[in-house]
Amino acid sequence: MLVHLRRAVVLSVVLFVVLGLGYPLLETGVAQLFFKTQANGSLVTRGAAVLGSSELGQRWTGPKWFQGRPDPDNPMASGPQNYGPKSKLLLRFSKSQAALLRREGITPTNDLVTGSGSGLDPDIAPADAYAQVNAVAAANHLSPATVRKLVERHTVGAYWGFLGAPYVNVFQLDMALAKLTGSR
Amino acid sequence: MRFFWSIVLLVVTLGLSWRFLGSYMAAVYEGRVKFLAWLERPTYRLLGVDPDREQTWQRYAGAMVVYSGVAILVVYGMIRLQGHLPGNPQHLGGVSPWLSWNTAVSFTSNTNWQNYSGESTMSYLSQMGTLAVQNFVSASVGIAVAIALVRGFARKGSSTIGNFWVDTIRGIYYILLPIALVFAVIFVAEGAVQTLAGPVSYHNLMNGARGVIPRGPVASQEVIKQLGTNGGGYFNANGASPFENPTGLTNFLSYFLILVIPVSLTYTFGKMVGSIRQGVALLMAMVILFGTWVGVATWAEMQPNPAVAAAGIKHQPNGNMEGKEVRFGASQSALYDIVSTQTSTGSVDGSNDSYTPIGGMMLLTGMMLGEVTPGGVGSGLYTILIYAIIAVFLGGLMVGRTPEYLGKKIQATEVKLAALGSLVMPLTVIVSVGIAVATAAGRAGPLNHGPHGFTEILYALTSQSNNNGSAFAGLNGNTTFYNVIGGIDMLLGRFAIIIPALALAGALAKKEVVPASAGTFRTDTPMFTGLVIGVILIIGALTFFPAVSLGPIVEQLIHGRFF
Repeated sequence: MLVHLRRAVVLSVVLFVVLGLGYPLLETGVAQLFFKTQANGSLVTRGAAVLGSSELGQRWTGPKWFQGRPDPDNPMASGPQNYGPKSKLLLRFSKSQAALLRREGITPTNDLVTGSGSGLDPDIAPADAYAQVNAVAAANHLSPATVRKLVERHTVGAYWGFLGAPYVNVFQLDMALAKLTGSR
Repeated sequence: MRFFWSIVLLVVTLGLSWRFLGSYMAAVYEGRVKFLAWLERPTYRLLGVDPDREQTWQRYAGAMVVYSGVAILVVYGMIRLQGHLPGNPQHLGGVSPWLSWNTAVSFTSNTNWQNYSGESTMSYLSQMGTLAVQNFVSASVGIAVAIALVRGFARKGSSTIGNFWVDTIRGIYYILLPIALVFAVIFVAEGAVQTLAGPVSYHNLMNGARGVIPRGPVASQEVIKQLGTNGGGYFNANGASPFENPTGLTNFLSYFLILVIPVSLTYTFGKMVGSIRQGVALLMAMVILFGTWVGVATWAEMQPNPAVAAAGIKHQPNGNMEGKEVRFGASQSALYDIVSTQTSTGSVDGSNDSYTPIGGMMLLTGMMLGEVTPGGVGSGLYTILIYAIIAVFLGGLMVGRTPEYLGKKIQATEVKLAALGSLVMPLTVIVSVGIAVATAAGRAGPLNHGPHGFTEILYALTSQSNNNGSAFAGLNGNTTFYNVIGGIDMLLGRFAIIIPALALAGALAKKEVVPASAGTFRTDTPMFTGLVIGVILIIGALTFFPAVSLGPIVEQLIHGRFF
């Protein structure tokens, strides 16, 4: 019993050093050396200011922007809203999102009226983006063809064609839109 | 079509791993692999362990219990005191006592149930130095127990079943650590975060968005969380977080890593008992049940979400997307979550709580099968071996012969131990769910109303008793009631199965081998696979059917009502 205890304590210390410090620090070293951008959170900066991470969704309100998933988008409180499939709260949530989109002249689509898994989903399906093309073009005084082309350029296929699903990153799409319209 | 090809890739990669990782693991535990002796030997010297001296099952179990106890104390102490320790760039205070108890038990029992949000609760040191360490350790202990039980079958007239310290250390150094080292780099390349720099503030003038982005040593922890079938996310969103699981490729690698060891262990088992076919018979039972659950859940999640449809969006071409991430899609999210719930992992890449009633039922009942399809690392194998013993016992009753399994006579002691091992989980679940719905503290937990609220409670306690750790996360688990009862369930779900399994190992190792004869009931045939499936289904389905019908089944059947 006592010999077990002594060994258990010693092994805890050894593994703290090997697995708790050695392993993550080695990985951090490799990551910082070869994949600095990703390892630090894929931050998008302008000068010294951090605008966000291209991997994390942000809320874009108003008809001038493409809308993403209707999430809280607070990176410090990630997670889904956890509404059940027959929840009144979900019914109300989706209804109000749909009404909001209709007011901007957008026909609501699935991803635009449902919360995501992380509460930070940066992406929407290509169909969700195309549903917004006319409304966004009108609000920005651009031709629908120009805006549609922008969406096409930002459409990413599934990984190797079959892992995951095709998507459009709304953060990158709206940043490109801003460049196009010259708004800062 | 995309789903079909992802299954093809999964089958091919797992098939190769089954053959090669399976035989490598047998070599590791038979002491034939030595390339890390420079790390291994000094560890034994510090511990004062002679790697050639084996233990009886009692000493093996004693060492395992003492070590797990010390691990619980270490985790508890370090997260309570994290405010005074280094590696805390977020300046977080200590974790509260009951939450620390629940978390410490959770990570040492390979459950990884989380009543906290990682980004706002745990310092970098707590994540790396305690939680990620336990991801390795609890996984390796699980494999060690499975290997000890396999030795029980493989040996004859032996009073020992191996050395706990050696098995645990070898599993970490030769299996878990090398695989984790390689895959963590891929995760980072794809976009997972891996830094010691603290959180960063952002402000985007274009949309007015501002806030704080949490960071940390994420990728290193993410990979071992999957490989060790642990499942505890660095962030609250777990595998749905783009910082943990950035792309379709990492999503695939996540469920590949989860399955690779449990699946390959069936080859290890076959090799160690001298007949690969014995391993295949068990693997087939796992594959058939797993495949059925994947099929139904994926179909269910490609159906429209009823509440969203009622809100006027009837056309949902990409399935039930509430609580799911666009880059994964509904079907591959469902695959991930089924893999995770049938392996004692419990990581999620979306909201299980928002699954359709049938989809959610498949997640819940996958755990109720006892986590054997293919189950957690090690725990899947030792639990299905317990079911196999019950299956040969039933087979023996049918043909009227003393049952044998792998040449060992299965007698009263073995059947009693197997019955004990298979009854602990259902009893724990049913009694604790009963307590929860009978007390105000238990009923205060659920977020959702109606049958879904009951499912949230049932799911939480099933998950913890099975050392799974996934959640219908609408339940508020961070209360004294759920922290305490969950901790007890997790301890029982782990150790009340491991100890009978080790006792079985001891009893079997002592026995001599009975030569096979024409009357021997064969255990490497489809017939035996069918019998094992029958046992798993009878224990799972009969025990839990009433509870499941009060939850997801009622929820599915009530039309047009929202809660």
